[in-house]
Amino acid sequence: MPAISAMENLVPSRSLFAPVADALVALGDWAAFSLRTLSGLTSRHFRRAELVTVCTSVGVNSLAVVAITGTFIGMVLAVQAYGQFRQIGNETSLGAAIHLSVIRELGPVLTAVMLAGRVGSAMAAQLGTMKVTEQLDALACLGVEPIRFLVAPRFVACLVMIPLLTVFADLMGMFGSSAICLKVFHIEPYHYWEHTRAFVHIWDVGVGLAKSVVFGGIVALVSCHRGFRASAGAEGVGRAATQAFVVSFVAILAADFVLGLFGNAVHDMIWPPTGLTRMA
Amino acid sequence: MNEPLIRLNQVAVRFGRQTVLAGLNLEIAPHQTVAVIGESGCGKTVLLKLLVGLLLPTEGDIAFEGKSLASMRENELTTMRRRFGFLFQQAALFDSLTVFDNVAFGLRAKGGWGRNQIAERVRDRLGEVGLPGGVEAKMPADLSGGMRKRVGLARALALDPDVMLYDEPTTGLDPIMTDVINELILKVRRRRPVTSVIVTHEMKTVQKVADRVVMLVPVGRVTEGGSQVVYDGPPAGMATADDSRVRQFLAGEAGDRLKETPD
Repeated sequence: MPAISAMENLVPSRSLFAPVADALVALGDWAAFSLRTLSGLTSRHFRRAELVTVCTSVGVNSLAVVAITGTFIGMVLAVQAYGQFRQIGNETSLGAAIHLSVIRELGPVLTAVMLAGRVGSAMAAQLGTMKVTEQLDALACLGVEPIRFLVAPRFVACLVMIPLLTVFADLMGMFGSSAICLKVFHIEPYHYWEHTRAFVHIWDVGVGLAKSVVFGGIVALVSCHRGFRASAGAEGVGRAATQAFVVSFVAILAADFVLGLFGNAVHDMIWPPTGLTRMA
Repeated sequence: MNEPLIRLNQVAVRFGRQTVLAGLNLEIAPHQTVAVIGESGCGKTVLLKLLVGLLLPTEGDIAFEGKSLASMRENELTTMRRRFGFLFQQAALFDSLTVFDNVAFGLRAKGGWGRNQIAERVRDRLGEVGLPGGVEAKMPADLSGGMRKRVGLARALALDPDVMLYDEPTTGLDPIMTDVINELILKVRRRRPVTSVIVTHEMKTVQKVADRVVMLVPVGRVTEGGSQVVYDGPPAGMATADDSRVRQFLAGEAGDRLKETPD
């Protein structure tokens, strides 16, 4: 029947929709996984001892890499922006611009991305290995719900430690930028810090920290989910670790965009904009 | 036959487009020792995981003591699982815990056990599987394959299970260690009124410990109008089974299977 054949040609084949369908299924699975994790926070299977271990792994062991990253962010921003600010004769405002960028955007985002690579991939690999060696099944057989038992402490650790590391990265970024601006470009210190004080508000610090809390949750839930869904073999575990980083990275950037819009809307609701557009 | 402890009714399991089990009916009576045999990929391990609720069937129903696993709430499923002991193929010991903590894990998770009671139970179970006292502080990575299996068995026995599930308990072990594990399975059965399901390829294990054998074939090899279960009877009857595939498996002959055709 030629008419039906023609119609069949117009209907996209299943392969066109398959990636979308797979993505939706994975998203639904992740949402259910996240809900089980949240319910595990009040479970008696929540292990405080495990929380201390994971906090050490996520927080203390990440200090050096976060310090180096934060310092270089500040230094690179100072080097890149100095030329433009000098052209308009406004070098003393450089501190305000850099510190605002670091506190609101770069500090939270780059710290979260760094930890997605360092901590998230390791979580996915560890849980993925437990999956393929049937340790997750063994937990269930011993009457312990694996998601609540293993994921809840990792979720809390990321939720607490990533904002603390973000504060540390912010401070190191400010240290790096001020070292370059004040010692290399010889910007006058009083005005450098005075402009920072005038333009960086407690709201900006709050927005940066709120973002880092959300990013911490994303890194934990995405990475643990990938680990739990690892397929068999070394390749499956490796793929889970890679996916944990890639998905976390994309999710962090998407969340940053949404939170940025949301933050601005809330700010404008509390402090309605006047004639001057707020610098953000 | 007594009222079955476990009943599988028209159970099917599919992973994507691959069908692993189809229309499977099986009843296991209390205190029976059932060996489940069959070639690789016929769904033996999947069957074990179905029994303890680690996997859910795509179709059909599984009941434990007459109650459907699908109708159980999470806490009921957890309580039921604690009545099962599971010896995994590679033992599945928790890498980050010592031998002692591995064996004590289920007791601590269940709660209501004092420190001394846990220590006493752990030592008793390690003794039962023939492990010396000095092994308690070792990490799983420091153990040989046979010792890992013994620790896995001790952990599975810690909560005095009503049902023991063994997933290829002798795979990868030398003949002597294989016999040690077989003897331990018999010892476990003598010490307590346990129902056992043993998935294995090892015919010596079947002959030595099982009082019933269930042989499965992959879904792709089920004959027209037939079942995945091609043999269900005592070990001694396999040699004279009607189905040639049972005799072929018992003899371990390649026969027409030299050239594989994809499913």
